[in-house]
Amino acid sequence: MYVAVIFLPLIGALIAGFFGRLIGDRASQIVTCSLLVLSAIFSWVIFFQIGANGGEEPIKLLTWLDTGDFEANWALKFDSLTAVMLIVVNTVSAMVHIYAVGYMSHDPHKARFMAYLSLFTFAMLMLVTADNFVQMFFGWEGVGLASYLLIGFWYERPSANAAAMKAFIVNRVGDFGFALGIFATFILFDSVQFDAVFSAAAEQQGKTLGFLGYEIDAMTLICLLLFIGAMGKSAQLGLHTWLPDAMEGPTPVSALIHAATMVTAGVFMISRLSPMFEYAPLALDVVCIIGASTAFFAATVGLTQTDIKRVIAYSTCSQLGYMFFAIGVGAYSAAVFHLMTHAFFKALLFLCAGSVIHAMSDEQDMRKMGGIWKMIPVTYGLMWIGSLALAGVPPFAGFFSKDMILESAYAAHSSVGQYAFWLGVIAAFMTAFYSWRLLLMTFHGTPRADEKVMAHVHESPKVMLIPLVILAIGAVFAGWLGYGMFVGDGREQFWREAIHVVGDDVIEHAHHVPTWVKIIPLVMGVSGIALAYVMYMFVPGLPAKFAKLFKPLYLFSLNKWYFDELYDRLFVRPAMMFGRWFWKGGDTAIIDNCGPNALARGTAFLSKKTSFLQSGYVYHYAFAMFFGVIVLVTVYLFKVLA
Amino acid sequence: MNSLPILSLTTFLPLVGAIFILLFARGDDEAVVARNAKQTALTVSVITFLISLMIWANFDPQNAGYQLEERAEWIPQFDIGYHMGVDGISMWFVLLSTFLTPICILSAWDAVKKRVKEYMIAFLVLETLMVGMFCALDLITFYIFFEGVLLPMFLIIGVWGGENRVYAAFKFFLYTLLGSVLMLLAIIAIYHAVDSTDFIRVQDYNFPVEMQIWLWLAFFASFAVKVPMWPVHTWLPDAHVQAPTAGSVILAGVLLKMGAYGFIRFSIPMFPAATEMFTPLIYGLSIVAVIYTSLVALVQEDMKKLIAYSSVAHMGYVTIGLFTLNEQGIQGALFQMLAHGVISGALFLCVGVIYDRMHTKEIARYGGLVHRMPRYALVFMVFTMASVGLPGTAGFVGEFLVLVGAFADNTWVGVFVTSGMVLGATYMLYLYRRVVFGKITRDDLMGIMDLNKREIAVFVPLLIMVIWMGIYPSSFLSIMEPAVQRVIEQYQAGLELSVELAEQVELKR
Repeated sequence: MYVAVIFLPLIGALIAGFFGRLIGDRASQIVTCSLLVLSAIFSWVIFFQIGANGGEEPIKLLTWLDTGDFEANWALKFDSLTAVMLIVVNTVSAMVHIYAVGYMSHDPHKARFMAYLSLFTFAMLMLVTADNFVQMFFGWEGVGLASYLLIGFWYERPSANAAAMKAFIVNRVGDFGFALGIFATFILFDSVQFDAVFSAAAEQQGKTLGFLGYEIDAMTLICLLLFIGAMGKSAQLGLHTWLPDAMEGPTPVSALIHAATMVTAGVFMISRLSPMFEYAPLALDVVCIIGASTAFFAATVGLTQTDIKRVIAYSTCSQLGYMFFAIGVGAYSAAVFHLMTHAFFKALLFLCAGSVIHAMSDEQDMRKMGGIWKMIPVTYGLMWIGSLALAGVPPFAGFFSKDMILESAYAAHSSVGQYAFWLGVIAAFMTAFYSWRLLLMTFHGTPRADEKVMAHVHESPKVMLIPLVILAIGAVFAGWLGYGMFVGDGREQFWREAIHVVGDDVIEHAHHVPTWVKIIPLVMGVSGIALAYVMYMFVPGLPAKFAKLFKPLYLFSLNKWYFDELYDRLFVRPAMMFGRWFWKGGDTAIIDNCGPNALARGTAFLSKKTSFLQSGYVYHYAFAMFFGVIVLVTVYLFKVLA
Repeated sequence: MNSLPILSLTTFLPLVGAIFILLFARGDDEAVVARNAKQTALTVSVITFLISLMIWANFDPQNAGYQLEERAEWIPQFDIGYHMGVDGISMWFVLLSTFLTPICILSAWDAVKKRVKEYMIAFLVLETLMVGMFCALDLITFYIFFEGVLLPMFLIIGVWGGENRVYAAFKFFLYTLLGSVLMLLAIIAIYHAVDSTDFIRVQDYNFPVEMQIWLWLAFFASFAVKVPMWPVHTWLPDAHVQAPTAGSVILAGVLLKMGAYGFIRFSIPMFPAATEMFTPLIYGLSIVAVIYTSLVALVQEDMKKLIAYSSVAHMGYVTIGLFTLNEQGIQGALFQMLAHGVISGALFLCVGVIYDRMHTKEIARYGGLVHRMPRYALVFMVFTMASVGLPGTAGFVGEFLVLVGAFADNTWVGVFVTSGMVLGATYMLYLYRRVVFGKITRDDLMGIMDLNKREIAVFVPLLIMVIWMGIYPSSFLSIMEPAVQRVIEQYQAGLELSVELAEQVELKR
């Protein structure tokens, strides 16, 4: 069962991918969905087994790399952290598979889509069950591949292709750091197996490593390099630019990959590596600052976006920031808790958005929506649940996990913790605001779509609604049910060895923060909702006035802090320029022109000159001979006379 | 053990086939002659491949030294002999050569229209020379094979190539010959010092440091051109663009490996002190190769040129890996050579497929092929990802191990070369996007056909290899390991000895 849970999706992917045309779309959908559902059921069984009995010994499948001390196997490691990821990945993935059957019903490439989804799931499962760095890297890049394929699924759209490429390449930048981190780990520990590295981590604290001419604290260096990888995959500030563009993919993809699972891989990675990060406090501070800044930054951008999916994408980015700053203050379990609740409610939000888009004949611009809540009541209701969970209103899931994170940040009693706490609180306000801005713009007010679209608005079929309902159940109860186990009294019993914390237990402190700290996120959330109502329901002219009043700020937010433009100037254009320059200047003008071509020219020149000697006239040769004889005789005479 | 001279059999069977075609494939009907020649060539090359598999079967993976050795006297007065043998390093390159040749012949089935018989002969002769080169354990024998490879390749480019084939063929020939002449001088110098050209004797000889430096440089001149290392790489894009598809496959698949093979077989174990001294040079040139040529690849407008430049970048990894002189680096480099042989060969075949249909390699002429050629799109995607170094494909293993080795040796080198990961992804995905994705905008692409059965037969073995090497590289790495360890030990022992010798010289003074 433990092995089956990983490989069932792969089998589904292979069947749908290679034999999709043979067995037909319907069969491909049935095969992939049923295998995924089976896998999801198995994951829940495993989750409860591990919750009760603790982790298992890694299952070794095959040797992968083995050169000298560098050993990495294909192996499956199961502990509490893996178990949490298993249920998150497989449950959401199963729901998305089923939803996709309905959502993609008009698409000509159903089998291919299902194959990609299953392939993604497999790669993600390989990532979370890795027992060494290299297999994790395999899963890491594998989900990147699946993400690339799925973002570019509608390959006739240039924008989708560009977004797919961007996602892959920006992730590669992150992977550059990840790979260097693995190399440094190998140098320091002489191993890339988690077990060996984790048990030796404490001894390595304080050692230095020569890096680019500097002696740097080894653990800090390694953790920072690895964190670059996490930043890429989890779209943290600086390497986030691919995530909003990734919304070019079909909506089920956005829900599965770019909200619930793949983008949380970075959070998972650092939690998995907690025995290393705990010995690199400086790196943790960096994680905290980047996370908090991302939470704030993405929330500000989310305020002004008009594409329904982009708003949710920035919201994802922001929530990932929360998870990272939780990790930064040492509250790994709170981060993973939020990871789980977020997976449910964010997948729900995305799929609801998909349902709206489906109803609005593929319209994504919220400015062309409005006034449809009575026409699609189920979607509307579910979207409310998702938004309430996201805004952190009790008793929905987000309330428990987000509060825990903020309380942990406060309880850390460090300057970075304070920084994170306050930015997190402000971001919570903005989160609630943009969530209700989205709800109100999409569903309320006067209809802004044309009549043809409005006539066509319809509730989605059951195959799409049932997964939504299941996810909604998660969005309602996951926080309440999981609280005790993840961050409450049962946490030690549950996590055991999976998460390693050195020194103070922040979670414990977080339970004892002042009351105002506990209340403030909720206050912020509710006032954000209220403000959204004022601006988009009661005084509709207000947003335009604000935009005019704070024009620079508005434009800054609307243009996403100009990151894309900056990177274009900084990296894309210079790369092209240097490429052209090296090619035309370096290769053609310098190397070829001075090397082989110069040689050829020189030879041709000399042979032309020498060919004059062979004129074919006898008197030329006779003259040369005569001249030669004179020279020889002269030389001879000189010698004899001397 | 086995009394059959398997190595000689593998080496010379293609030559026999070539002679057979030359003598018997004649007649008035040109089509019949061509068909007979093709069938004979394919049969011979497949049999050669099967025989070469016996090398693997008879190979003792525990043994670090040379195996299946064969000796014959040739010029006994001068102790120049015919000496063949393989170790865990060279065996793989023999197999790579025999694996790619039938694929090349099959890929040229319909593509080559003129002088088919001669084309087949050229390929079989080329195979003999390649295999012989990787088996040779005598410097003179090695040199003959090494140089001989130039001739059929020169003809393949010059006769069956594109429009500008003569320029490319001569550029290729001059570049490689220039280096080789210096190597011949070095071999003569070695002969004068050792009184033998048998490699087993030569490698035990300790050259004085000063001499090592000159000899190393002379060998370097030859090998660097073949690799090719920056800045002597400019023959490669031209050669690839002009060469016929199968020629490019062999060129990228096997010929580029000859230089790197020369480094690990000769330069490193014979001249350890010089190797240590020149490692920074190799690192520098290789880093430039990786970054510079990746950027150049990014702006190419011709598919073959783009892949040719990517080859230079990938070979940059190889040279770095070899000179890290640690296990990960060298094994990674060797693995990368094998993987690159398969992957870049496959990529050139991918270009060939659409070139055969549209007769252009210009990227802008394509776009949206996935609509008409879904199978092709899949195959091309797999090899693109392998080239990018996606884990689970052959490209990853070598690249990753090289980077581990490089980082362990020098973090600067590690960081610079790892940036190739990003650049490599950029140019390959950019290529793929422009050729395969998008809408079909040109009318003549509307009728383009997907892969036919013959082309599928060409790609399937390559696909299997790429995945096998990616998932279970141990079948290759475990056999390399003892031989690589031996090379490292030889290098270190030689280095210590050179240091001692130098100290003694100091003392005498």
